[in-house]
Amino acid sequence: MEILSLLADGFGVALTPTNLFLAVVGCFLGTLMGALPGLGPANGVAILIPIAFSLGLDPTGSLILLVSVYYGAMYGGRISSILLNIPGDEPAMMTCLDGFPMAQQGKAGEALSLSGVASFVGAFVATCGLVLLAPQLVKIALLFGPAEYFVLFTVAFATLGGISSTNQAKSAFAAALGLGIAMIGSDSQTGSQRFTFDHVHLYDGIDFLIAIVGLFALSEVFIFLEHHRSNQGVAPKAATVGRIMPDFGMIKRCIPSMARGTGLGFFSGVLPGAGASLGSFLAYSLEKQAVDRDGKTFGKGDPRGVAAPEAGNNAASGGALVPMLALGVPGSGTTAVLLAVLLQLNITPGPLLFTKNPDIVWGLIAALFLANFILLAMNIPLVGIFTRVLMVPTRILMPIVAMISFVGIYSITGSSFDVMLMVGFGIAGWVLRKLDVSLVPVILGILLGNQMEVNLRRAMTISDGDWFILVGSPLAIILWMIAIAGFVLPMMMGRRMKKRMESMRDTEEFVGD
Amino acid sequence: MSDRIFGGFGLALAIFYIWAASTIKDSFMVDVVGPRAFPYIVGSIVGLCSIYFIVRPDDEPDWPHMRAFAEIFFAAAVMFAYCVALPEFGFVISTVFATAYLTWRLGTEPLWSLVSGVGTSVGIYVVFHLILGLALAEGPLGF
Repeated sequence: MEILSLLADGFGVALTPTNLFLAVVGCFLGTLMGALPGLGPANGVAILIPIAFSLGLDPTGSLILLVSVYYGAMYGGRISSILLNIPGDEPAMMTCLDGFPMAQQGKAGEALSLSGVASFVGAFVATCGLVLLAPQLVKIALLFGPAEYFVLFTVAFATLGGISSTNQAKSAFAAALGLGIAMIGSDSQTGSQRFTFDHVHLYDGIDFLIAIVGLFALSEVFIFLEHHRSNQGVAPKAATVGRIMPDFGMIKRCIPSMARGTGLGFFSGVLPGAGASLGSFLAYSLEKQAVDRDGKTFGKGDPRGVAAPEAGNNAASGGALVPMLALGVPGSGTTAVLLAVLLQLNITPGPLLFTKNPDIVWGLIAALFLANFILLAMNIPLVGIFTRVLMVPTRILMPIVAMISFVGIYSITGSSFDVMLMVGFGIAGWVLRKLDVSLVPVILGILLGNQMEVNLRRAMTISDGDWFILVGSPLAIILWMIAIAGFVLPMMMGRRMKKRMESMRDTEEFVGD
Repeated sequence: MSDRIFGGFGLALAIFYIWAASTIKDSFMVDVVGPRAFPYIVGSIVGLCSIYFIVRPDDEPDWPHMRAFAEIFFAAAVMFAYCVALPEFGFVISTVFATAYLTWRLGTEPLWSLVSGVGTSVGIYVVFHLILGLALAEGPLGF
């Protein structure tokens, strides 16, 4: 009951006219970004952080805007999957498999409305799950001391490569690279200058927003520059949408699929290192196992093959917020970017956030519920607007994205040195992606580096220099075991998982989920 | 081979990083571990991973042809030039040319690229500066 009253207070925060307006804007922009191929939730939120920040919105307002973008992008990814057979973002990959065949049969409208409902169900249930699970996790997290926190961060890095990672050394390299970048600047404990080489611009360290926008958004522009020649032939030619209103009989038949997809998605969202892509992949493949063992209808436009992965993908994006909010440790690229939002607003997520700033936490959760309803409205009757935006050619859109990235960074830093640094990060991001080094651990390293070090040093101060404090409690030992398992398992299973995911569909290069 | 070069580069980076960490000066405040320990750990991980890349490289990535390389090189050069131009010429003029270049290289007719550049630049200026009040670079003409 305590939760309900907290949630009611949250709605009080979220329902002010300004915040409601921000939620609508966020949902609209998010759906747009999700629908556009090449602009996923991670890049979308990344580009908007500096802008939201320089607009001078209050913390709750910025958070509401940006989480609405996050949820919106998860909804929007399906639009181009269904209409163009190009996933708008990585988690929407599975929706192509049955969504596009449905569109070819002239049932694009049904597919869109069904997947809209499935997204709503997934995200709504997951948000309820977040409400119930996060406070429980907070209770556990309150038992953590500095040593346990240090190990928890290790768990985050060890599992981030994910189950489909093929080369764990590259994930570890990426994480260490990010941590190394985080060390630049003056040391928070003693004030010593580290790695600044007496360069004034580096005294405060490298702003993580510069790294995020460079690595995520600009590297996407470079990837596009590299590839545009090869896919010039396929000018987007969207299928006609047809009837928009959902076919209730079809939705009814898909309810069990949605339920299964939601459950699987939520759990893979909460687990570290899984995320929305794996959520939709698991939901699709298990749904296929459950209702279409012989492969007669799946892949040929079965509505259940649209409902399950969409519910899974959106449930996972809600689930991924649980560890991010309760522990301050994100498990995917997009939640890492959301963590950046919180850090930029000087809010440290984790158990203390729930006790110290309940208005922010519960306002945020209430905003998620609101965003869901707004998105349902936007995505079923108004889906036509978004399909029209898809007609704008990418060759015009990509430069606009690049320029908005420049505007965002320039408006918060006001220095062309920082903007150049962002271009540098963009190039580095392109090279790393070519070499198959994931960028998400780099970002997470930059974000968490200082906290990780501070916790290590606090633990050492407590133990007076005895390194065994890191394995000094049962909780820490359990966390170490999770970290080791999360790092070693993909070495054995990674190749197999990746092959299975690729055999379902030729993957393109994406930035995290 | 790419992975081996990458590993070599990573190893050099790790050695440089550890050397740079060893030059960090202590301040008047001290704690048990000091400011160097964590960078040493991080540098060692970078080094170990790099050695792994040299010993066990992955399959060759799909590198683009020379033309695409040149494409990316020039795009990056234009972006750097854009950063330099921002304080000199102001946001609107610099952005027209940077956007036009990118749009042109992505396969639009040159004249239409210029149109798109003007449209993007003025559009961003109106939305972000005039309506939302963001600070953009000001040139000699004030915009």
